Amino acid sequence: MAYSDKVVDHYNNPRNVGSFGKDTPGVGTGLVGAPECGDVMKLQIKVNLETGVIEDAKFKTFGCGSAIASSSLATEWLKGRTVDEAAKIKNTDIVSELKLPPVKIHCSVLAEDAIKAALQDYKEKWKETPASGGAS
Amino acid sequence: MPPKLPIFMDSQSTTPMDPRVLEAMLPYFTEKFGHPASRNHPFGWEAEAGVDKAREQIATLVGARDPKEIIFTSGGTESINLALKGVAEMYREKGNHILTTAIEQRASLDVCKRLERQGFEVTYLPVGREGLVDVEALKAAITDKTILISVMFANNEIGTIQPIAEIGKLAKERGIVFHTDATQAVGKVPVNVEAMGIDLLSATAHLMYGPKGVGSLYVRRKNPRVRLAAMMDGGGHERGMRSGTVPVPLVVGFGRAAEICREVMGEEGKRLAALRDRLQDLILSKVDEAYVNGHPSNRLPHNLNISFAYVEGESVLMGLNKESALSSGSACTSSTLEPSYVIAALGVDSELAHSSIRFGLHRFSTEEEVDFVGRRVVEVVHRLREMSPLYELAKEGVDLKTIQWKGE
Repeated sequence: MAYSDKVVDHYNNPRNVGSFGKDTPGVGTGLVGAPECGDVMKLQIKVNLETGVIEDAKFKTFGCGSAIASSSLATEWLKGRTVDEAAKIKNTDIVSELKLPPVKIHCSVLAEDAIKAALQDYKEKWKETPASGGAS
Repeated sequence: MPPKLPIFMDSQSTTPMDPRVLEAMLPYFTEKFGHPASRNHPFGWEAEAGVDKAREQIATLVGARDPKEIIFTSGGTESINLALKGVAEMYREKGNHILTTAIEQRASLDVCKRLERQGFEVTYLPVGREGLVDVEALKAAITDKTILISVMFANNEIGTIQPIAEIGKLAKERGIVFHTDATQAVGKVPVNVEAMGIDLLSATAHLMYGPKGVGSLYVRRKNPRVRLAAMMDGGGHERGMRSGTVPVPLVVGFGRAAEICREVMGEEGKRLAALRDRLQDLILSKVDEAYVNGHPSNRLPHNLNISFAYVEGESVLMGLNKESALSSGSACTSSTLEPSYVIAALGVDSELAHSSIRFGLHRFSTEEEVDFVGRRVVEVVHRLREMSPLYELAKEGVDLKTIQWKGE
């Protein structure tokens, strides 16, 4: 199977690989997929609790090259967005940006799920605190 | 000296043709172009002589008594189709039960599925952790309706060699036809249809340094005489079992390939096993939680299959595919999303089925190539583990089995 140049680029130079401490203020963690399905993504966002802007994002992925590329791209897109804007990222955006073939669309779906899970975790952990703002 | 790139290490998919084979084939494309079934002129005689010689070379390699027992086909898939469907149709009056294994190659499994739709009953025997069929279980699965036992000689992914002689003996005792798909084994390890009690044996030229597009089916003529319903009707070539003009240049190449394999098999097997062990040691000494799939000793000498915990197979190949050709049992390399059914059948953890890499050495593999590929695999696996959430969790001491995974 031939990969698009963008998938190859993200695979060779993945953006934002790494982890934040799960309990660091403003950090939301999403862990989606399952090892027996061949794909697991961990995606983390670090939100500025004053402004609601995602200041940093990191990922780790177990999966094929397209899964790695989808999550790497997701972290790139998340940085600088507000939490609300982040929720609007769709898997179809990832598919068209990376030119994923039909058999790899599930990788983009998983990346969207990872974003949603990270946002949800962030909201559950930090949105109820008095310092949160701009995220609603 | 650094090896020439890319390096081919996928010899279970196909092999490079031996230049000596090409040399033998060339005259049969041009000056010796006759039809081997033309009985009345020298062009036909010359072509027939080429085909007869090849038949003999292949018969000798597999230990057949009579070269007439070799039927030429278009390759392994056709041989398997002819064997299974041919027996099913011919012996239908006698019974409708077929015994095979869960790890046969696709062609066998797909033919069995079709036969099931036509009213046959097929038992797919499981295999043990090392890929071996339990002969006692096979014996217990035989019924009075069993007309065929079909067990592959050696597996295409893990290389495990089955106890073929034991199965052949059992089949003979019970009067059941025994077919073996030996496409991965012929020319690599000793195969003898007489000593092993094989009634039908499928082989293909391109996995033994011969050309693509030709294969053979050994069909026993004595003790017992096996009869097959033909799949291809026509001019009655190949004892009526496979009509169609015999592709003389391909067949001549197949014969020469068989002859070379017979001459070099002993030494080649030893050399490739040593290289394979070198590759295995190189990788296992530098990567923890890497597991060899298949039988430790009853295994094809050129075959190595390793599962790397916490990394997915296709992503490993992606890091290597500019410089080396390997294969993965992972879901993502194929058009399906299922992981390797062979690795899964071994009963290993399902995530390890997504993490298997297959190495296939061949006649032209070198030590330099092995060292290069081994080193690169280690690098890529380490790099991918650094970005694997599973590796991170495992290093934190989390048992991955205790996590409630949110499925896709």
